[in-house]
Amino acid sequence: MTNRAEMTRRDILKSGAAVATVTLAEGVTLMAFGGSAAEAAGADAGKRWGLLIDASKCATDCNDCVTACKVENGWGSEAENAHIDPEQAAQWIRKVTLKDKETGRVTSAPVMCQHCEEPPCVDVCPTGASMQRPDGIVLVDKHICIGCRYCMMACPYKARSFVHEPLTDQKANSPRGQGTVESCNLCAPRIDTGRIPACVDACEKAGHSAILFGDLKDPDSPISKALKTYPSVALRDDLGLNPGVRYTNL
Amino acid sequence: MAMDQTIYRELKATPGVWQLGVLLIAFIAAAGGAVLYMEHHGHAVTGMNNQIVWGLPHVFAIFLIVAASGALNIASIASVFGKAAYKPMARFSSLLAIALLAGGLAIVVLDLGRPDRLIIAMTTYNFSSIFAWNVLLYTGFMGIVAIYLVVQMFRRIDYRIVRSAGLVAFLWRLALTTGTGSIFGWVVARPGYDAAIMAPMFIAMSFSFGLAVFILVTLVLFRLNDRPVGEELLKRLGRLLGIFAAAVLYFVAVQHLTNLYAAEHIAVERFLLLDGGVYTLLFWGVQVILGGLVPIALVFLNPSRSSTILASVLVVIGGFAQVYVIVVAGQAYPLEIFPGYEVLEGFHEGVVSPYTPSIWELMLGLGGVALALFAAGLGAKVLRVLPTNLSDANVAAKG
Amino acid sequence: MRLVFAFLAAMGIAGVAAAEGPRPIVPAATGEPHPEGNEYWRKHHMELMRHDRDLTLREGVRDIEASLGQCFDCHAVQDETGAQLTAADEGHFCRVCHDYAAVQVDCFTCHRSTPDGDKLYRTMATPADHNSIAAYLARLSEEETE
Repeated sequence: MTNRAEMTRRDILKSGAAVATVTLAEGVTLMAFGGSAAEAAGADAGKRWGLLIDASKCATDCNDCVTACKVENGWGSEAENAHIDPEQAAQWIRKVTLKDKETGRVTSAPVMCQHCEEPPCVDVCPTGASMQRPDGIVLVDKHICIGCRYCMMACPYKARSFVHEPLTDQKANSPRGQGTVESCNLCAPRIDTGRIPACVDACEKAGHSAILFGDLKDPDSPISKALKTYPSVALRDDLGLNPGVRYTNL
Repeated sequence: MAMDQTIYRELKATPGVWQLGVLLIAFIAAAGGAVLYMEHHGHAVTGMNNQIVWGLPHVFAIFLIVAASGALNIASIASVFGKAAYKPMARFSSLLAIALLAGGLAIVVLDLGRPDRLIIAMTTYNFSSIFAWNVLLYTGFMGIVAIYLVVQMFRRIDYRIVRSAGLVAFLWRLALTTGTGSIFGWVVARPGYDAAIMAPMFIAMSFSFGLAVFILVTLVLFRLNDRPVGEELLKRLGRLLGIFAAAVLYFVAVQHLTNLYAAEHIAVERFLLLDGGVYTLLFWGVQVILGGLVPIALVFLNPSRSSTILASVLVVIGGFAQVYVIVVAGQAYPLEIFPGYEVLEGFHEGVVSPYTPSIWELMLGLGGVALALFAAGLGAKVLRVLPTNLSDANVAAKG
Repeated sequence: MRLVFAFLAAMGIAGVAAAEGPRPIVPAATGEPHPEGNEYWRKHHMELMRHDRDLTLREGVRDIEASLGQCFDCHAVQDETGAQLTAADEGHFCRVCHDYAAVQVDCFTCHRSTPDGDKLYRTMATPADHNSIAAYLARLSEEETE
């Protein structure tokens, strides 16, 4: 274990290869150190994580992605929802079933935070709690969220929830608490440690593989190739937000 | 200068003043209790939810904040536009502006999910957020108007300093209301909000609501101390209020006509103007007719002391309705995430979100109003901001 | 002014009394001691945790040293029945000193205050793990070749 008491700024700078300097905000610089370079890399600005949801593969009666998200992040238990209005309950990911008004064709798909490239929730947040990581994941820094809910006003996808009641026994990997806003974080803790998001995992295990996960910046990634090959849409594309979540066969 | 002959005296502590003070403190205490209750149980005990994220407290808060900048009008007309008749009321107008803003901000802060983190809102800014800019505009307004009030109260001061301070305060209040309107005008995702006209409309609203509140509060305080207010002065203020109320209606008409012209906005207009239930009723019945057309008719067709008073009350009621329709109906109207599709199953997709305010939200909102009025009254009690005489003879002698 | 001095004097006396009074009894920890020593951590734990939390949340760096989860590896307290004490209990590790110093802990409105059995995200996934990105991409490319 590193002895951080003896570690001066100069030591940190001298320790060389494993040092990553990151700028949080103007004038605030953080030093990352320790571990192997690969492990300490963190969110990579060279990547942009995204999802491609194939509505034709998504089963109307299947809810496994929602269940997996609940288990992974510890929201939406019966105990949690017992004393609140359904409209006040957390909703990180939801299934929608759609019917084309013209043709009558019925499809279903999950909707979660769309991880916009130009996220309105980040623009409007007064404190900077609503933020975008270098790898494009949009999430809430609950340490500085004051619970003003302006991000929820600004989100075109109803992707965010406000925690309306005191909580205990949260998952260690998914802190969430009264008076702050929360939403899908694309399972950032899993991605950071080299794992696929829980919904992608669950959908594959259910035998549907309707959610394709990958790096949108890598032209050779399966998601980039699929986007290049087949027609797809972004929800509320008229707003020009360039979401990281795309839909096909909707 | 003629101005110097106006005599300002602190409010005398009559039994009426005490009774009113105690009543206001009771409301403030009730709001304090409501806040503790909401803090303890979370927002689950309110009617607000994940669709209607801003509810009744915000309606009160935005009304007070908008009225605050408008309450400064009297002072601006006096020092910036040089109308001598308004000068005796300028000090109290400045004080009331600060008090109303304090009341409105108290509501916003106490409704936060984490009011204990107010310090974060005051120290950590995201400058791409209009909300963050508003925090700066509000605190700046308090400071600037406080300085303006102080220079007005100096016995011997070059009047150019007062005028300069008044000009800065006037420009700042325009920026402030632009900011408040833009909180809604810049929300592109919601068809009920997204409109550049929100900013100038909020400025017109502030002129109207602020003047109405100023007239009512000033009259109550004068009545409590048996100080005279002239009929002609009130008629004059009434006419001004009528013009401001007409300006609000003008912006409302332009906003809706513009939306009606665009096919993509027809649905939201239909909701607001035709079949939005309570919102439609509030819009036509309370905002447009009761809070707009009636007061305008009163002050122009039958100018009198009582017409001005009644018009002021109606403008305040209409103003609340207008802010309620803007804030709540704008959220209740569903977001269209899947154009061209009917949503068979989902989480309240495409349906109007219900909202029933809770008693706690009402208590918090009323407490904010009480706080604003208490602060204004207390200011008038300890500072020499209220003139002893606003009778027509006295005002005319200086005008 | 005299009142102010009296108040300050009283505060001073109270401060001295507190310093001489019974110190909080810090619950014993398990595991290796901190190389920096306990005094260092008592003084600086918040700086270290705040530094590392920003690194984790904002930059996605999970390989850090001062996380609440890691604190509870050694600093969890159990009652007689062996159940973990939560921050609602005054015997909780953090509360013992924080109650004494009258400093509110803001962590546990969002974070759990007991160890979570789940230590999944302390280490990088290996390609052998079914849910690893590497294994997932391998499955996708297999599908493609089929």
